[in-house]
Amino acid sequence: MLEVASVSKSYATALGPLAVLDGVTLALSPGRSLALTGESGSGKSTLLHLIAGLDAVDAGRIRVGPAEVTAMGDAGRSALRREAIGLVFQQFNLIPSLDVAANLAFQARLAGRHDPDWQAALTRRLGLEDLRARYPEALSGGQQQRVAIGRALAGRPGLILADEPTGNLDEATGDAVLDLMLELVAASGASLLMVTHSTRLAARLDAQAVLRQGRIAR
Amino acid sequence: MRAWTTLRALMGHWRRHPVECLTLLAGLAVATALWSGVQALNAEARASYARSAALLGTGSLASVVAEDGGRFAREDFVALRLLGWPVTPLLDGRLTRDGESLRIIGVDPITLPASASALRIGEGDERLTDFLLPPHLALAAPETLARLGAPADLPPLAASETLPPDTLVVDIGVAERLLDAEGRVSRLLLPPERAGEPLPAPLAARLRIQPEDAESDLDRLTASFHLNLAAFGFLAFVVGLFIVYSAIGLAFEQRKPMIRTLRACGVSARLLTGAMLAETIGFALLGGALGIVAGYGIAAALLPDVAASLEGLYGATLPGRLSLDPAWWLAGMALCLAGALAAAGGSLWRAARLPVLAPAQPQAWLADQRRGMRRQLVAAALLAAGSLAALALGSGLAAGFAVLGGLLVSAALALPALLASVLAFGHRRARRPVAEWAWADGRQQLSGLSLALMALLLALAVNLGVGTMVESFRRTFDAYLDQRLVSELYVTGRDGAEARDIAAWAAARPEVAAVLPIWRAESRFRDWPLEIYAFADHASYRDNWPLVAGLPDAWDRVAAGEAVLVSEQMARRFGLGPGDRLTLPTPGGGWEVGLAAVYRDFGNPEAQVMVSREAFALHWPEGDHRRMGLRAAPEAVPGLAAALAASFGLGDEQIVDQRALKALSLRIFEKTFAITIALNALTLLVAGVALLTSLLALSDLRLLQLAPLWALGLTRAQLALLEMGKLLGLAALTACAALPLGLAVAWVLTAVVNVRAFGWRLPVEFLPGQWGRLFVLALLCAFVAALWPIWRLRRASPLTLLQGFSNER
Repeated sequence: MLEVASVSKSYATALGPLAVLDGVTLALSPGRSLALTGESGSGKSTLLHLIAGLDAVDAGRIRVGPAEVTAMGDAGRSALRREAIGLVFQQFNLIPSLDVAANLAFQARLAGRHDPDWQAALTRRLGLEDLRARYPEALSGGQQQRVAIGRALAGRPGLILADEPTGNLDEATGDAVLDLMLELVAASGASLLMVTHSTRLAARLDAQAVLRQGRIAR
Repeated sequence: MRAWTTLRALMGHWRRHPVECLTLLAGLAVATALWSGVQALNAEARASYARSAALLGTGSLASVVAEDGGRFAREDFVALRLLGWPVTPLLDGRLTRDGESLRIIGVDPITLPASASALRIGEGDERLTDFLLPPHLALAAPETLARLGAPADLPPLAASETLPPDTLVVDIGVAERLLDAEGRVSRLLLPPERAGEPLPAPLAARLRIQPEDAESDLDRLTASFHLNLAAFGFLAFVVGLFIVYSAIGLAFEQRKPMIRTLRACGVSARLLTGAMLAETIGFALLGGALGIVAGYGIAAALLPDVAASLEGLYGATLPGRLSLDPAWWLAGMALCLAGALAAAGGSLWRAARLPVLAPAQPQAWLADQRRGMRRQLVAAALLAAGSLAALALGSGLAAGFAVLGGLLVSAALALPALLASVLAFGHRRARRPVAEWAWADGRQQLSGLSLALMALLLALAVNLGVGTMVESFRRTFDAYLDQRLVSELYVTGRDGAEARDIAAWAAARPEVAAVLPIWRAESRFRDWPLEIYAFADHASYRDNWPLVAGLPDAWDRVAAGEAVLVSEQMARRFGLGPGDRLTLPTPGGGWEVGLAAVYRDFGNPEAQVMVSREAFALHWPEGDHRRMGLRAAPEAVPGLAAALAASFGLGDEQIVDQRALKALSLRIFEKTFAITIALNALTLLVAGVALLTSLLALSDLRLLQLAPLWALGLTRAQLALLEMGKLLGLAALTACAALPLGLAVAWVLTAVVNVRAFGWRLPVEFLPGQWGRLFVLALLCAFVAALWPIWRLRRASPLTLLQGFSNER
């Protein structure tokens, strides 16, 4: 489902170029989950952003399913995100002008893959039935993250990319949200790449990789 | 030290947000510039009127004037002097030569009091001797001197710095000759301490004392024009303050976390508020100084147009240069400071009361604005009610402007709620996800843009209203000229005798269908300048003259000498109507006569009556009899004019073609409204700047708001298009709201303000072409304002957009 081969990325800083990723290679099979851990600044989020096509690599190759992300232009990468990838962020990043129901359906409708039955099942399973008419600003952090997970899964993408999805939640809420995410990802048949600081949470996924100073340490 | 540290921490925000800093300064500078520019123009004009008034002694001296306001016999002056009254005679009038009008003031330098300083001949006995003895010296302002040169028909000229432009001060004997007013005086100057004494009995019947502090005619005549200018300046100031309020509110919200940190570190609420106050004052002083410099530039650029307007409307002359008055600088700075403090007041109040431990709410300012929408609607309703009350109950020009102000501000306050309901309707009707988001996002964005959109609404409505008024006026004026300029050729003889010869010559010509004498005299009616015109009873008048209201047999009554026609502004000013009776001042005493009809007169600001030729000859035998109109077929006019010139040696100024006169009148008309149109354009420009600055101030926040959509698969190009579409949509909705508002403004201007300011009412013309142009202009304004922020979005690097997802944000 996902292949990352020899990917490098650096950013220009006042002190010269700063290498964030240096020849990273990893793979993720369909239906499997992988936790990416590492210290702050090790390049976890950058790698996730490159896989999602939010940023461009300096060198190397990334393939999501049959699509080679690194060969695509901006429009192609946007289409890939719309149709093949579900994103979950630490900051939730819901659309503040839309209510919960519209947020949940947004990406699926954008991709032309809106399935009312699947959305109803997701809404029920995520415990959002009574919150459908609310706006994001009226939700707690845990509720917002549940909406974000629902939005990522509503279009049944092949790959879910989650960047510290429980980082802004307390431990109990974070555990509950992760349980839900893993269960729903498994039910949808998608692959999951999750960035996390926590080795405890990482241990709950099928496989783990550690990034250190821009390289895969193990 | 603590205060300095706190201030430095606060100021650090502006270093990190230079665009917001420039926005705030631009708002303050723009608001101050237009206001102080207009004030500079008004101050310059008033100073010029004051110089004119000082010439007549109305500033510091009382006057003895005729009861009817006209000239009176020199014997009355002699009688008063013999009775021990320290009066000095003054003869005032206008001399037209080579198509230009010169004011002639005749004085008696021997009896002139020291307080009439502007009229002092000064500089030693030699100059006084030259003034008194032939060929008699005439004094004029240096610029008048330079323009006139050494004309043969005037006395030798000498410069006097204290005189206004286009004015000559001469010995009273010379003035009598120049003004053809032998043995007459206009007024007698009197020391104020004698103003309280009653005039001796035989003179009290026809003369009266006018106190020294009375307003000059120019002050009164031009008051409405200056009020109009001040209203425009104030509107621009308010529109500019929208920018300031928006910038300060946004900065406060962005600095909330910093303010809490400062409070947590031990900065007291008082110190914090003091530091923010100092910061606001600093910005106000800097922005105000920039604004005043820009205001001076605007005033200097607009001065020629204002001078043309005042000349066209009132015959008032202004010098071609702008002087700098320290009071003007200080007033501009004070207003800028007051405006900045008013705009920052809310933020300062909230900063002082901000709880240290409250959670950060980056959207709180916007949310607060949404809550404020309901309060705004209530305020709008109250203001609209106040405006209606001022319309129903008020009188005078100030009440007219209160109606206009109430209407504009209430509509602006109601705009966000109106736009929100339209966007909510669109959101409900949207079926596609992006459209659904766009409508919903438009509603959310509205709170950040509402102030700028309100400013745009005001600018568009005022443009539409004033544009409709000016265009209606232009069309009415065009038709009015066709009606008023009934003769094909206007001829002025050198004197009454020559005019009689010309009339006899013309009457014998086969191509001349009619000779219509136009005689003229000047007087005063209830202390207002009055023009009296005499006309021949002829179908040309009966069929064409623009009557507003009249008795059925009005023309017959006037022809019989039983009644007169009165101009619309005179009728409105003195509450006169057909069927009323009035007493007109004549050299032989008051003439009580009926009022047969009221006619439209856009030509001058003074009161005017039209009387039959016979009545004029009876009551104003000394009047000007030199002018006449000749009716002829248009194709015969050039030949007739040439024959007139050849037979009587008349120059171009004495033979005026109707078409040339009409073209000249229309040219004066265009110049008259040049200043209004310029201020209109500047107000729209300020609204465009308000929109641009709001968008720039919000653009960083917008990038973060749009980043999730980009992450979900919309391209930056799509987002940029959507952003532009939304803004153009909001501008289009605002323009739609501006249309009825602009028409209401046009109605108030023509039916209320104009009537109270100028004394006449215009029919309003509906001009869909102009509406279309303004609609396109609104879209263009929004397009230009949005270009830079949207280009930034289109070109935003992924790194910038990724900040929206940064865990360490």
